[in-house]
Amino acid sequence: MLRDITIGQYYPADSVLHSLDPRVKLFATLVFIITLFGANNIFLFAFVLVTLIGIIKLSHVPFSFMVRGLRAIVVLLVIAGLFNMFLTPGRELVRFGFLKITDVGLKNAVLMTSRMVLLIIGTSVMTLTTTPNQLTDGLEKSFGFLKKVGVSVHEIALMMSIALRFIPILVEETDKIMKAQMARGADFESGNIFQKAKNMVPLLVPLFVSAFRRANDLSYAMEARCYNGGEGRTKMRPLKYSSLDQRAYICIFTYIILFYAVKFVM
Amino acid sequence: MAANENVLIMDHVSYKYSPGTAYEVTALDDVSLTIKEGEFIGIIGHTGSGKSTLVQHLNGLMKATEGHVYFNGQDIYDKDYNMKNLRTQVGMVFQYPEHQLFETTVFEDVKFGPKNQGLSEEDQIKRAYEALELVKLPEEFFLASPFELSGGQKRRAAIAGVIAMKPSVLILDEPTAGLDPKGRDDVLSLISEMHEKRGDTVILVSHSMEDVANYVDRIIVMDTGKPVYDGTPSQVFANYKELEQMGLAAPAVTYVMNDLKDAGLDVATTATTVFEARDEILRMLNK
Ligand SMILES: Nc1ncnc2c1ncn2[C@@H]1O[C@H](COP(=O)(O)OP(=O)(O)O)[C@@H](O)[C@H]1O
Ligand SMILES: [Mg+2]
Repeated sequence: MLRDITIGQYYPADSVLHSLDPRVKLFATLVFIITLFGANNIFLFAFVLVTLIGIIKLSHVPFSFMVRGLRAIVVLLVIAGLFNMFLTPGRELVRFGFLKITDVGLKNAVLMTSRMVLLIIGTSVMTLTTTPNQLTDGLEKSFGFLKKVGVSVHEIALMMSIALRFIPILVEETDKIMKAQMARGADFESGNIFQKAKNMVPLLVPLFVSAFRRANDLSYAMEARCYNGGEGRTKMRPLKYSSLDQRAYICIFTYIILFYAVKFVM
Repeated sequence: MAANENVLIMDHVSYKYSPGTAYEVTALDDVSLTIKEGEFIGIIGHTGSGKSTLVQHLNGLMKATEGHVYFNGQDIYDKDYNMKNLRTQVGMVFQYPEHQLFETTVFEDVKFGPKNQGLSEEDQIKRAYEALELVKLPEEFFLASPFELSGGQKRRAAIAGVIAMKPSVLILDEPTAGLDPKGRDDVLSLISEMHEKRGDTVILVSHSMEDVANYVDRIIVMDTGKPVYDGTPSQVFANYKELEQMGLAAPAVTYVMNDLKDAGLDVATTATTVFEARDEILRMLNK
């Protein structure tokens, strides 16, 4: 169950996507999200979907790994879908007591759920093919202009990469503590919601203690290596665009033009 | 109960982490073992050889990808098998067990296991008291917060938290990791004392030969997910050259005795502790 948390996880593989500059991937993800929500008919939607499938194929990450992130939010998706289906006004299709499904409701539910699914898969493609370090560098570079208006871009990017880096560590830690408490007869599954919450105490207390201990250790380790913020810090591997990245940008812009051409024609 | 009965049996057990992905790791590779009642076993192997994965199969915390595990003759993967009962019967002290402490006082924390067993308040207190006595934690710490104890004391408290359930098999995963030499010796002699007093089956996981050699009567050496040697300490250490290639070293006395023998002295090389080595050398000199 815990292994389903794949937010921000990296999957090592040898693919074109893995070797792209993170800035390209960030830009592409942004374009993907905008077009996904701009796709208001079935053709545009199919266009976005086909593109995504092509990209997934390119990434060499097993498909099962991508949909794993979905499992964690399947309940949320179902609830949101049901609300959309039953509570949208429109022409009535079926009726169960006071609940009715309308044509608009059905369309909204399908559209919204598939958008959410594609959104999650699309953004996981980026994180699965980009290491947290690259991602941070990419963000820092792309949003560097915000420094001029006083936003601490470096610090925010660093916090993000530490957070991403800590997800698998904390997941592993949770798994370990859970097992240790289960070995002492703890039960994390049965009981009503209040009992369940109470049963979480033996898990949460050690988890917090360990998270703070790790954060403390990390800050000492950074200080010991003379970390003092982004000012004047140079990079061992500065980001540099290659010809591959240029070709990728051309592809992205072609995609944008095609998408809006279809959108205007329809 | 008849002595030397098989308590735990692993039958062709294999385990893979993240099967079918780039992260796939075969942590256990077709392992078959039997563990007899009352045995004191050391499981040795270098980091990543599969020791922790192996022992977590013994109380059902991990489920084998292939194969079966039997406890007292029953297959623990049977549908209606009582896992919770198994876990209290096969007690497991994890690596860095102090990371599991969570209660407001040491005493409350030790009571957690017995409480989950459904014992009465009175019995819980009795069990906790006995367990803390057994690990020799000074009484003045019983009502202290577990987070105020020193590293070695925390470890004792955490071990007490498991033995308070009175398991019939006690598994300890690297119980000496991160302790100073004194703390290490204390914990090891504590474990061996408990084994002698209560006659339980004890499985001690370690990556240090020296740790284990002095205490256990059977050693299982793990390498890349397989048990490669299984026997008494002197039988296993006879393979000290092969052990070295696995990144393990036999106890220093094994080397000394072998060197003496190579130098032409008439000694047996089976000694595994300093005392045995001393006796053997004296025997040779007196002859
Ligand atoms: N949670 C996990 N996920 C993936 N692989 C793991 C996990 N835990 C252990 N492994 C791998 O399984 C193998 C055996 O690990 P482990 O049983 O912990 O060895 P040991 O306890 O002997 O150090 C190692 O190669 C390790 O990298
Ligand atoms: Mg281990």
